[in-house]
Amino acid sequence: MTQPASPNLADMKERVLPSGVSQVGTITKYELVNYFRSRRFFVLLIIGLIISGLLTALVGYYRPSSFLASPLSFYSSWWAGPMGSITFVIVLSGIFYGGDAISGEFQNKTGYFLVANPLRRSSIYIGKWLGALIASIIMLGVFAAITIGNGIYYFGLNIPNQLWESLLFAVLYLIAVLGFTFFFSSLFKSTSMSILVTAILFLFAFNLIQTLVERLVKIEAWFMITYGAQIITNVLIDPYPTTMTQGFGRDAFTSYAATIPEGIAILLAYFVVTAVLGLFLFERREFT
Amino acid sequence: MSAPSIVAENLTKRYGSFTALSNLNLKIEGSKCVGFLGPNGAGKTTTLKIFTDMIRASEGRALINGVDVHLNKKKALGSVGALIESPEVYPALTPREALSMVADLRGLPRAEAKKKIEETVAEVKMNEWLDKKVGKFSKGMKQRINIAAALLSDPEVIMLDEPTTGLDPRGQSEVRDIVKDLKKKNRLVFMSSHLLNEVQEICDEVAMIDHGKLIVYDTLSNVTTRFSSGGSNTVDIEFSRDIDEQSANRNIASLTNVSSVDRIDARKVRIHFSGGIQNQERLLLDLATMKIGMISFRPAASALEDTYLNLIKDTL
Repeated sequence: MTQPASPNLADMKERVLPSGVSQVGTITKYELVNYFRSRRFFVLLIIGLIISGLLTALVGYYRPSSFLASPLSFYSSWWAGPMGSITFVIVLSGIFYGGDAISGEFQNKTGYFLVANPLRRSSIYIGKWLGALIASIIMLGVFAAITIGNGIYYFGLNIPNQLWESLLFAVLYLIAVLGFTFFFSSLFKSTSMSILVTAILFLFAFNLIQTLVERLVKIEAWFMITYGAQIITNVLIDPYPTTMTQGFGRDAFTSYAATIPEGIAILLAYFVVTAVLGLFLFERREFT
Repeated sequence: MSAPSIVAENLTKRYGSFTALSNLNLKIEGSKCVGFLGPNGAGKTTTLKIFTDMIRASEGRALINGVDVHLNKKKALGSVGALIESPEVYPALTPREALSMVADLRGLPRAEAKKKIEETVAEVKMNEWLDKKVGKFSKGMKQRINIAAALLSDPEVIMLDEPTTGLDPRGQSEVRDIVKDLKKKNRLVFMSSHLLNEVQEICDEVAMIDHGKLIVYDTLSNVTTRFSSGGSNTVDIEFSRDIDEQSANRNIASLTNVSSVDRIDARKVRIHFSGGIQNQERLLLDLATMKIGMISFRPAASALEDTYLNLIKDTL
């Protein structure tokens, strides 16, 4: 068996390792290659296209007045959708890309390939997070492009500025959701457990808790990520909704609405707290 | 320039009340191959995982070239290639991509990386599979890619955890050749293995561990000299026909250099003899000359196996 010529030991010792930022970039790059080759990327793309396709067909066929009254109402109705289509796409992206991002490294033993290399675990975590963010933004971009395409078809190039704001808030929500899903992914070693818990929380539990808090406890659910995410669709409503109470006494019903600064603060807080906790857990977790 | 070194200082790892590793003190220095032996659960993989910061020591320090792995992992592992517990490569990547990722993480210049990837993949005989997705590979093929990843950056310290796991006999032989060549290139190889003949063939020194404690660390010859009960001077003989107790005791035991004969069954005996390889050759000749139907003649155990069995009394 022939051996390749090796550099001498002195040269080898002088080799400088890449910076942490560069290593993050490497992890992100190959995470994206892995995503784009995997079935899940296409499954999610198909789901996004189905949602967009259904909305396109339904609006085109029934031409509902709530959609076609004005450009703003069009984008508002489309974004909010019958099931909160934009937030649904974001949450699905979070689950698909973040749900097992870290737990998979343990369960599938792919982490053993990476961790024994000269790089910090934080580089792996951040690199994978960025990979998931970019893949999710592509998904969000596809959904947004189809939305805007429909808007242009009905209203021409009259795209309200609020749509761009809404899109920015959607990206912020995506950042927070991915922070959260990565945290849960760090918490569990089982991929199915981390995906399941994340899916239950975002698809059912958070909305349920928020409704219960607002209707039964009758307080503003400022501590819920879904409450902060309201700004994505609220910004498309003119005038911007405010907290309002209807009825009197025991029958009084208050509908709460997060202001834009409140929403941004909630989403940022969720991201920062869950990102720090998730990173801490990943740093501490052992590859036993 | 100092020689590559691996140092364990009072290395201890506890999982609750279970102590996987207990005050391991080990200093390995220079260019050589050190075999790390012990039964299942003895603490071999635990030690290697601490040295690659996959797990944290409960107490003590793991140093590579004088750098604490836990405090400065990046610097400590900069000159280390490691293969721990048969890792999985992302199934959607090809070996070229997976190894490019490792090359990028280790700072190999692009042109050098391309050349090194092709060389190391050829070295592990996977060049035909360079651009196929890893997800379709067998366990042995994945292990070859893992070995290539560990060797890619020409590290001066190589840590291998049972590297021949999952490999067919040819693959195992190729890995042994790779390790032998690494020794020629002045590398320090620290390798755990269950295959004693493998360690005996390629390692210069041996460290034995049991129940988390280091039992012995010395050169292979010193260890076998000190702790072997003479197992290297034992051969098992098989006959084509039954051999009675008397023939075994009288005729065979009377041969030159034979110290005792154990009858294993009607057609098998174990012969203990004194002296080295020349006496073994003489014994074979004598037995053949006796024409008593001998059809097999093989050493009962290697010196290392004998030493291992003497030092490690039970398996977890």
